[in-house]
Amino acid sequence: MDQLDQLVAQAETDFAAAVDGAALETAKARYLGKAGSLTELLKGLGKLDPEARKSAGAEINKAKAAIEALLNARRDALQQAALEAQLAAEALDVTLPGRGAGVGGLHPVVRTLERVEQLFRSIGFDVAEGPEIETDFYNFTALNTPANHPARSMHDTFYLENGEGVMLRTHTSPVQIRAMQAHVEAYKDCDTMPELRVIAPGRVYRVDSDATHSPMFHQVEGLWVGESVSFADLKGVVADFLRSFFESNDLQVRFRPSFFPFTEPSAEIDVAFMSGALKGRWLEIAGCGMVHPNVLRFGGIDPERYTGFAFGMGPDRLTMLRYGVNDLRLFFEGDLRFLGQFR
Amino acid sequence: MQFSELWLRSFVSPDLDSDALGHLLTMAGLEVEEQDGVAAVFSKVVVAQIVEAEKHPNADKLRVCKVDAGQGELLQIVCGAPNAAVGIRIPCALVGADLAGFGIKAAKLRGVESFGMLCSAKELGISEESSGLLILPEDAPIGTDLREYLALNDTLFTIKLTPNRADCLSLTGIAREVAALTGSPLSLPACDPVAATHDATRAIVLDAPEACPRYCGRIVRGVDARAATPEWMKQRLARSGIRSISALVDVTNYVMLELGQPLHAFDEAKLNGAIHVRFPAAGEQVLLLNGQTVTPAADTLLIADESRALAMAGVMGGEDSGITLDTTDLFLESAFFAPDAIAGRARAHGFSSDASYRFERGVDFALAGQAIERATRLILDICGGQPGPVVESVEPAKLPARAPIRLRAARVRRVLGIALSADAVAEMFVRLNLDVVRDGEDFVVTPPSYRFDLEIEEDLIEEIARLHGYDNIPVLAPRGPISMLPRPEARRDAMFVRRLVAGREFQEVINFAFVEEAWEKDFAGNTDPVRLANPIASQMSVMRSTLIGGLVANLAANRKRQTNRVRVFEIGRCFTRSVSGQPVDGFHQPIRLAALAGGLARPEQWGEAGRNVDFFDLKADLEALLFPRVAEFERVVHPALHPGRSARVILDGKCIGFIGELHPVWVQRYELGNAPVVFEIELDALLETVTPAYREVSRFPAVTRDLALVVDQDAAAAQLLKGLQSVAPGIVQRIELFDQYQGKGIEQNRKSLAFRVVMQETQKTLEDAEVDAVMTALTRHAEENLGAKLRA
Repeated sequence: MDQLDQLVAQAETDFAAAVDGAALETAKARYLGKAGSLTELLKGLGKLDPEARKSAGAEINKAKAAIEALLNARRDALQQAALEAQLAAEALDVTLPGRGAGVGGLHPVVRTLERVEQLFRSIGFDVAEGPEIETDFYNFTALNTPANHPARSMHDTFYLENGEGVMLRTHTSPVQIRAMQAHVEAYKDCDTMPELRVIAPGRVYRVDSDATHSPMFHQVEGLWVGESVSFADLKGVVADFLRSFFESNDLQVRFRPSFFPFTEPSAEIDVAFMSGALKGRWLEIAGCGMVHPNVLRFGGIDPERYTGFAFGMGPDRLTMLRYGVNDLRLFFEGDLRFLGQFR
Repeated sequence: MQFSELWLRSFVSPDLDSDALGHLLTMAGLEVEEQDGVAAVFSKVVVAQIVEAEKHPNADKLRVCKVDAGQGELLQIVCGAPNAAVGIRIPCALVGADLAGFGIKAAKLRGVESFGMLCSAKELGISEESSGLLILPEDAPIGTDLREYLALNDTLFTIKLTPNRADCLSLTGIAREVAALTGSPLSLPACDPVAATHDATRAIVLDAPEACPRYCGRIVRGVDARAATPEWMKQRLARSGIRSISALVDVTNYVMLELGQPLHAFDEAKLNGAIHVRFPAAGEQVLLLNGQTVTPAADTLLIADESRALAMAGVMGGEDSGITLDTTDLFLESAFFAPDAIAGRARAHGFSSDASYRFERGVDFALAGQAIERATRLILDICGGQPGPVVESVEPAKLPARAPIRLRAARVRRVLGIALSADAVAEMFVRLNLDVVRDGEDFVVTPPSYRFDLEIEEDLIEEIARLHGYDNIPVLAPRGPISMLPRPEARRDAMFVRRLVAGREFQEVINFAFVEEAWEKDFAGNTDPVRLANPIASQMSVMRSTLIGGLVANLAANRKRQTNRVRVFEIGRCFTRSVSGQPVDGFHQPIRLAALAGGLARPEQWGEAGRNVDFFDLKADLEALLFPRVAEFERVVHPALHPGRSARVILDGKCIGFIGELHPVWVQRYELGNAPVVFEIELDALLETVTPAYREVSRFPAVTRDLALVVDQDAAAAQLLKGLQSVAPGIVQRIELFDQYQGKGIEQNRKSLAFRVVMQETQKTLEDAEVDAVMTALTRHAEENLGAKLRA
């Protein structure tokens, strides 16, 4: 049966010579088509006697199977080659930049406020806000700063034309009073008032403008009132916050006596970094104290039953220290080259 | 408050070096702002005298001096100072001296040997500048170490006093504080009464005893007003930042610094009759020492005699009644003026004085008598003279009350979080020199006359905390009942919204809330803005009622810095007058979010042609912020915006803001290049959202049909869509506008709007007949009621 072997060998050569699908189909027809060589051989089987037909048939079918296998292999190979060619043709310069919209970002001070809010929320502080045109009562009187109080000269207040008894708030402390009043109102029918824990970030205004003072700047007020809130708790909360905010466990924090009309005792908070450009220098970062009994009373809270602490920090300064910004004015100039650095 | 450490140590001298003393003061609430040696670090500088001075043979500007520095022989020193002259006494740095790290050696200067250096004040770090050698007094002992002679081993402390600690506005006050903090013994200056040598007096009438309940006066005759102020006094004054003027003035300043009592000396010869402490008559004027003629307000206290007003009490003396170098007889005033009677009065006339600064914070009301004796003693010692008796006029009932304060030990524990024994507290009160009575666990404390800041229990608790040391109060981890804060799902917070806006490629900015008045007119049509009474600059004189002006300025400023593509947003309050404004009556202060996009719609990039941002780009941003809530947009005329390209934004029937292209007039005036697009929305509308609710998802196939309608060119697509939606039956899942077409095949002034209608049932597959019926109904409604025609 040399003839069959030859046929298989010939088919292999023909298939290999076919460069695409169409050529392969043409080659296939030569062997397996209606007039193909193998088809012809099969047709010729009828002339043989049954014994010979059986063995010849088996041989032919074997050859046919071999040719079909060769055909499929070649088909796969051609398909694979076509796919590879397509993929090669479709290759991109993957180093070209991505297309579409870019990214925006938060203002660096807001980024700080967001972190401040997250840290304080994690220990149960809510976030409150208050008006920026504020009344004399909330900005001063209710904060234990009556008219002619020398502390009023510490604030250079922006007043309004035709605005009796109103001003741009000089600090976020008025929100203390508003928060206490709202809290008392919310729980007026309850036997016990739950603790009040709130921070109040926002813009404040003072008549002052140079490299370290802006006529508009930010503060974050914090207030915790409860039945057993002490100065030691204040130290704990503030120190915990500052170390968390600056992500520095060896940040030095100190409290030193100071004066604010709305707290007694009062303290200034200084921090010192253990590394970096400002290493070892005490930097004033916040004011705080135990809420003055008069202030609690103005908030509608009995100072005999409740005590509380309050603090006020400058997020602009926190931001400058955190990111090494050296000019406060940059925050308010809207320069995208600066702001874009904090995305 | 600036003072010399040596002066302080003459009253109390704890075993602490200067740094430790500074730290002690700071940590007690007397913040040391500056702490500097009065001179540079130097050694081997002595008092010397120039005996000879000859021109240097080889240099015009140098002189060769022979100097007696008490070394046994004269030293030859070459000196370049213009004032080097024979006879003057000057500081001389000897060979081997060290001037702040600079060593003095024997040297040849232009060929002449020089053994030392004659010094200026600047070279010794005594002053910032000097013109030549520091000339010492004629009696300066030659050879004496200069540091010793000028008391240069001294430190200047500048402390920043809080307004409550007026008692520390004197050396006595600071010394008392240091003694209390350290337990060191305190020895204060003697204020022994000076016996009168004649009986001339001047009557004193307290016409306003609430404002001035105590006034001491004394006549001193025959003083020598031209006497020289002693060096030690000049030095202490100088180290407190006060210039020496004349012996009499210096004494009054010295006693003020030493004891804290401001004094005033009148020229006795210029007074007429009794002294009155009274309020002014209408229009009454006073010529003050600073040359200013003022017409004090009715609540400004005056010192007057029987013919005229002499001085503004507790603030400043008068020009024509004060002492001069020719004064021989003086009338000395030492009084207590109530803080309320002084506060703000100097400021009302645009100045401040050491006296008013002290009186408005509170001067020891028991001090006037001692201070007048102390001043008399010093005047007699320096200027001579004969004192008369002290006349004291006092209304005891009007002096400040010092009501006893009850302090409970338990309250101390509660407020400070520390347990202190009653004995420890008692010991602190002793150190503070407080008058205290034990009552079981409690203390009843009467504050001294010099403490105006001790009124309630908490004030005493602060004293205890200060003496105990704030550092020694423990740092407790926060403790408290823990309960979850309500965080409604349908309410987002502003930070979340900020992140959304930033996610759409906007950079947040923070602009000033006070703006140029023109911005209010241009961008809000507001001709009556909220005006500041005291703006820091005219371009920051009114409160903004819109955030747009600031964003436009940001665009213009960034364009000037070659950044032409600007996408910015701000969240901030806006301010208008409003009768119904709350929570502050009369003002509406909503928080808004505004955004501006100018320049290319997308960052410049390969593979995509650039185009400028337009209305619909920004509208998509706004819609994404509001999602899943859907706003309606209605054409609007707005002063900031292009009238054909602006809309008001309506959510749930309420206008929540506007969006549009900036008006071409402003684009030109503010030099913005291409028109930017802006929106401004009430922040609250962006915070309110919805909690998702489940709707069944159909397993059956959806059917989609398109509907092209021709309408007038100025018909609003949203109106048409809304009309279609209003009649769509339940199987219509949604109707979307997917094309707008004008041009060939459509009449002029008409446009074609193509809608895609998606229909689906949750329970079955829709049949053609049902779908057709819906499309027919929609078409009919559009044609009959919405002014549309089916596109042919």
